Amino acid sequence: MTEEKKNWELLRMNREKRPKVQNWTSYWDLPYGPVSLPVKGSAGRTGDWRTFRPVVDNEKCIKCYFCYMYCPEGTISVNDETGFVEIDYNYCKGCGVCATNCPKECIDMEKENK
Amino acid sequence: MVKPKFMEGPLKGNFASAYAAMDADVDVITAYPITPQTTVVEKLSELVGEEEFTERQHVEYVRMESEHSVGAGLVGASYAGARTFTATAGQGLLYMTEMVHWMTGARLPPVVAIQTRGITGPGWNIWADYGDILSLRDSGIMIQFIASHQEIYDSILQGFNITEHPDVFLPLFPAYGGFVLSHTAKPVKRIPWEEAQKFVRPKTPEWPHVWVDGERPIMSNALIMPQNFYTEFRIKIHEAQMNAIPVIKDTMAEFEKTFGRGYGNGLVVPYKCDDAEVLLLGYGGNALQAEDAVDKAREQGYKAGALRLRTYRPFPKEDLLHYIKKIPYVAVMERALAFGSPTGGAVSTDIMAICQRDPKARNAHIVPFIGGLGGRDVFLDEQIDQIKILYELKEKGEVPDRKYKMWDTFWTGLITGDKKVEVENQEYFGDI
Repeated sequence: MTEEKKNWELLRMNREKRPKVQNWTSYWDLPYGPVSLPVKGSAGRTGDWRTFRPVVDNEKCIKCYFCYMYCPEGTISVNDETGFVEIDYNYCKGCGVCATNCPKECIDMEKENK
Repeated sequence: MVKPKFMEGPLKGNFASAYAAMDADVDVITAYPITPQTTVVEKLSELVGEEEFTERQHVEYVRMESEHSVGAGLVGASYAGARTFTATAGQGLLYMTEMVHWMTGARLPPVVAIQTRGITGPGWNIWADYGDILSLRDSGIMIQFIASHQEIYDSILQGFNITEHPDVFLPLFPAYGGFVLSHTAKPVKRIPWEEAQKFVRPKTPEWPHVWVDGERPIMSNALIMPQNFYTEFRIKIHEAQMNAIPVIKDTMAEFEKTFGRGYGNGLVVPYKCDDAEVLLLGYGGNALQAEDAVDKAREQGYKAGALRLRTYRPFPKEDLLHYIKKIPYVAVMERALAFGSPTGGAVSTDIMAICQRDPKARNAHIVPFIGGLGGRDVFLDEQIDQIKILYELKEKGEVPDRKYKMWDTFWTGLITGDKKVEVENQEYFGDI
């Protein structure tokens, strides 16, 4: 039991010792269970799934940031300098929620033609 | 210090479960009643408010709306680092199944007491039958079969030492026969709080692999692609099962050293196996009765021994083989039916498998017996008859015939029409 208790103390983690990144290379590196830490695009480039591409017309945009709030994937961000929104097309799945909720209807869903 | 209302005396099996959970210092209990488990959660709801417990511990008792939510509640509380307990049975366990798989996948350590009952299918049954817990055989949980009232208390107290061990981190499901143990009373001795706390594993604020923290969020149950680590995480669960074998042994040894009572080595419990020529192997209450059958048979000149399988998952391969190699005539008595399996029984199939892989046990004779389904009594005479069948096999070299032997399995207690039971049946089913 004493050896085992020591073992336990080693495993007992405080906040500082929690892993920052998880670099698993083999079976023997793995933690107990599949827990993922928040990283950008952990499920791959989901932008590849897109059929329609949202395009913002900045001339009509009133910077209400509804699209930024509504985006379910968090791919819309606000440019600190210009104040306009920017879409990360690597991860935008093209769901169209932003276009539907835009009060000025300044987001167009354009068909992807690859 | 308030004097405890109960320390030792006759106690119902379900109440022993409840006291054991409290003495193991659980943090969260989620509850939903189902026959024959109901009195566990009823008793717990009383105990969480009793002065003896309120003055030293706080237990969150959460009433849920279904067993699925009970399982989900255990998972949620356990993620946060709480020590969790619940009890369920039969249909409730089946309804909880999805969450049971979550517990093993997320490697969480709750203890769930199971009052086994027949599965309703139609053919409504609420009495002892291990079909419910054995339907979760492959889910990764640890399964123990309990045979006596004191053992219920002791097993649940030991439970958290096993599940929260850093080599293990899997849920433990100690199972005992519904009504046979759950609603009968036998002498039970509680362990005083201070002594129990010295034995039970010290609590940790969180587990090493999961935590709840807004500053450093985690996501459990992320998608794992086939080419990534899904296979490896499944094998990890198997590895934990293998690791649990020495942990269960150590825990039992420490318990025996501290409190002076034990149950074999925690995995199997032998009885008069030293000079035995044939072996009755079983689990649960029936296996305890087999010890009486062995005594009776020895009076008649049959040198039998009994072996009780206490831990079914992880499967105690080495310990079973140790006895089977010495005593190659084995009757495996089961109180559950695995439809369509090679022998009709999950345990006998497993035992045949381990014998096949060991050259010295390959010639052992494993004879499957199934009986007592849905709470039907298994009588001492029937178990002595099993010993006689083994002796016939030993002398003649082949398994003898009986009217109740079909597909090479003996169906103990089968209604063959030899005894008159028609009148009772008419009363029971009416004029169909």
